[in-house]
Amino acid sequence: MVKYRRWCGVALAVVAAIGVAGCGGGDSARTDGDTTTVTVMTHDSWSAPDALIAGFEASTGYKLRFQSSGDAGEVTNKVVLTKDAPVADVVYGIDNTFATRAVDAGVLSAYVPGDLPASAAGFALEGDGADRLTPIDYGDVCVNIDDAWFADHGIAPPRSLDDLTKPAYRGLFVTPGAPTSSPGMAFLVATVGAFGESGWQDYWRALMRNGTKITSGWSDAYGVDFTAGEGNGTRPIVLSYASSPPFTIPKGGSRPTTSALLNTCFRQVEYAGVLEGSDNVAGAHAFIDFLVSREFQASLPENMYVFPVDDAVALPRLWERFAKVAPSPITVAPSTIAARRDEWLKAWADITSG
Amino acid sequence: MALVPLLFLAVFFVWPVLTMIGRGLIVDGALDLSGFGEVFASARIRRVIWLTVAQAVVATGVSTALGLPLAFVAYRLRFPGRAVLRALAVMPFVMPTVVVGIAFRTLLAPGGALGGLGLDGTWTAIIAALVFFNISVVVRTVGVAWEGLDPRAGEVAASLGASPWQVLRTVTLPALAPAIVSAASVVFLFCATAFGVVLTMGGLRYGTIETEIYLQTVQFLDLRAAAVLSILQMVVVVSMLWVVSRTRGQDTGQRRGHRSGAAARPGAGHAAALVVTAAVVAFICAPILSLVTRSLRNQGGWTLEHYRNLSGSGEHNALLVTVWEAAANSLRIALVATILATALGLLVAITVGRPDRTARARRLRSAFDAAFMLPLGVSAVTVGFGFLITLNRPPLDLRTSPWLVPIAQATVALPLVVRTLVPVLRSIDDRLRQSAAVLGAGRARTFLTVDVPVLWRPLLAAAGFAMAVSLGEFGATSFLARDDNPTLPVVIYRLIGRPGTENAGMAMAGGVVLATMTVVLMGLVERLRVRGVGGF
Repeated sequence: MVKYRRWCGVALAVVAAIGVAGCGGGDSARTDGDTTTVTVMTHDSWSAPDALIAGFEASTGYKLRFQSSGDAGEVTNKVVLTKDAPVADVVYGIDNTFATRAVDAGVLSAYVPGDLPASAAGFALEGDGADRLTPIDYGDVCVNIDDAWFADHGIAPPRSLDDLTKPAYRGLFVTPGAPTSSPGMAFLVATVGAFGESGWQDYWRALMRNGTKITSGWSDAYGVDFTAGEGNGTRPIVLSYASSPPFTIPKGGSRPTTSALLNTCFRQVEYAGVLEGSDNVAGAHAFIDFLVSREFQASLPENMYVFPVDDAVALPRLWERFAKVAPSPITVAPSTIAARRDEWLKAWADITSG
Repeated sequence: MALVPLLFLAVFFVWPVLTMIGRGLIVDGALDLSGFGEVFASARIRRVIWLTVAQAVVATGVSTALGLPLAFVAYRLRFPGRAVLRALAVMPFVMPTVVVGIAFRTLLAPGGALGGLGLDGTWTAIIAALVFFNISVVVRTVGVAWEGLDPRAGEVAASLGASPWQVLRTVTLPALAPAIVSAASVVFLFCATAFGVVLTMGGLRYGTIETEIYLQTVQFLDLRAAAVLSILQMVVVVSMLWVVSRTRGQDTGQRRGHRSGAAARPGAGHAAALVVTAAVVAFICAPILSLVTRSLRNQGGWTLEHYRNLSGSGEHNALLVTVWEAAANSLRIALVATILATALGLLVAITVGRPDRTARARRLRSAFDAAFMLPLGVSAVTVGFGFLITLNRPPLDLRTSPWLVPIAQATVALPLVVRTLVPVLRSIDDRLRQSAAVLGAGRARTFLTVDVPVLWRPLLAAAGFAMAVSLGEFGATSFLARDDNPTLPVVIYRLIGRPGTENAGMAMAGGVVLATMTVVLMGLVERLRVRGVGGF
């Protein structure tokens, strides 16, 4: 037994040693002073054509490494938590509902790309944030309706946020919850913007009285409960994106069967920034330049379903026709969101679970 | 020998968790405990604690009650298709929670096949989903013990006039008690820390400590509240383990011999067990069928298109690697995780499973035992963020290491391996070892001739289970997996979060592939067991 025991110990020590050695080995982490790799922390939705990435690597000589790290909230919190030993050089995917938290925590260093498109200025943060976070893209979170369902049932579709509380639309609306879903959070902020600090809670109480259903994520609101989703849903009104309708063009058809109510939208802007303490600052700058370049901006709609901040970039044909942006989205200042978010969420949770 | 697993646990679990809790409780260098008062003063948090315990207790009770008859049928009866039944019973455990959540909701939503039950979004639906996932643990753990049970005591009782029911109640169940308690405690831990299921099935209305920790960490970045809740969660888990260790302490006197019972053919006497089994199988199959159906349908028609799409990158480049590449990653990672978990689990089990000669030794061992259960009972969010802020500097800069994912999965699988092996080792009559020693066998020889023959089968079963856990693990994996190296569940999650019918269909097809892969693998392990150890 003693022999057996020792043998086992040795075997496991070897396994452990290989483990540790493997970890420190060549292709592993960004190590101190590594200036050939650019590590990018992104949200889970990151997607870009391989050819563009290869082009960036070939022209700059940097190797890109991506770490998708949850939704905008998780990305922001991870960046804040790892302030002392940053896990990446550059972060992409912090949105305007979380931007102030990252800026205030001092985890970002200043950088403004030299050839920032003129139209991007409209999305820049105010104050300190202006040179810490570069706007890359935006998307409108809007109430979507299943036009085909309303036509079949001979009911006039809703036209505004207020309509959703009317008896005619009882039990027809489904939305992901604010604490567990970033479009859900955007919708909560939209209602705050539309009804004000004094009115949004009453609006949500009216929504709940009118049979609004709350799911944990966007995918099961759209995929299970929405009538035009993939499931056998029973609710023809859903919270989704302004870019969702083109996905409902039937096979062989030419028009979507759903549409977005453009007066219900909140605009989510996504930013990129260089992490304080990055050991490849030059590489991080090059990557942000890449994100605002014409080629990358043009790839955004097809890959991440968002609109480029550069308005000189042509949109795909279907987007031109069916994915309209809100002419005047509901706005709330990022600093207000940062200051009030927790209280809103707590009040929201009380109203919706009561 | 016990030091290796202890070191593993210390580095990959205790250190990250304590660091994360420390971030919350140590403010400007001083310990700040005021968070406790504030958290406990909240009526909502008290409700959350109550719901966590109630949910875990009810789900554990139901899983155990339904799992026992299934374990009997799958491991004590002989009939064609038994291997399929065994594999089917494990399948739910590895299904990705997001996909199962959606499959369940497709059934239960008002427009679904079972919409008439009105269960969508209710507490009952959460319990049903938890039972769905955890029944495998009971079937597997108890089934393996039942299979190896010496039938002679029962036969003697029967020949003395005991009815089958009396034999079950007075002989079989007491003999299985350690395995049942083991399985139930694992199920309790899984249910007490369930996250994805609870959110998908019930939204935030039935929040648990786990979902609350997630919200406090990920949404509010309120590390103090998260730390208090993490400690609370550990208190709940440790007190439960303490209760269990008290129960386990009662010895049954029933001993395991080397001769395990020959499986019987199903007969009239097994009617009750067979009926429950049929019902449970239907319950397991319903969401899976709903998933298969969705994977085969597109725009109102039947199609294999979603499966053909699996070799592509999804609608609008949703994926960085194809589903098949991810499946290959999953298999590779699962292999490493299985080896790690089985080797470490064996060491722990040998240490824990030996009989104790003094009370002090017994206490020490049960503490050691409980320590390896803890990873199941502590929030994945706390562990994940803990990893991020501890294993980030040389010499242990593991954040982007390919070893991190199998290590994390092994930590999750380890308690299951231990729980499968310990009851078996405990049930070996120590007098067999003593006799061997008296007859001149050394300790190694005693181990080889007494322990190994009995341990061999459960060890393979445990390895199979560890592999299943690793294949299905999502929480820790999604936190740690690299973008160029994702596992199948991670890819499925990514697909499901994207717009587009094609991506949703691919997610469903990917779920079916994952389930099939698991069933095939488990089937292979079953065959290996029969061939390798048919003589015992």
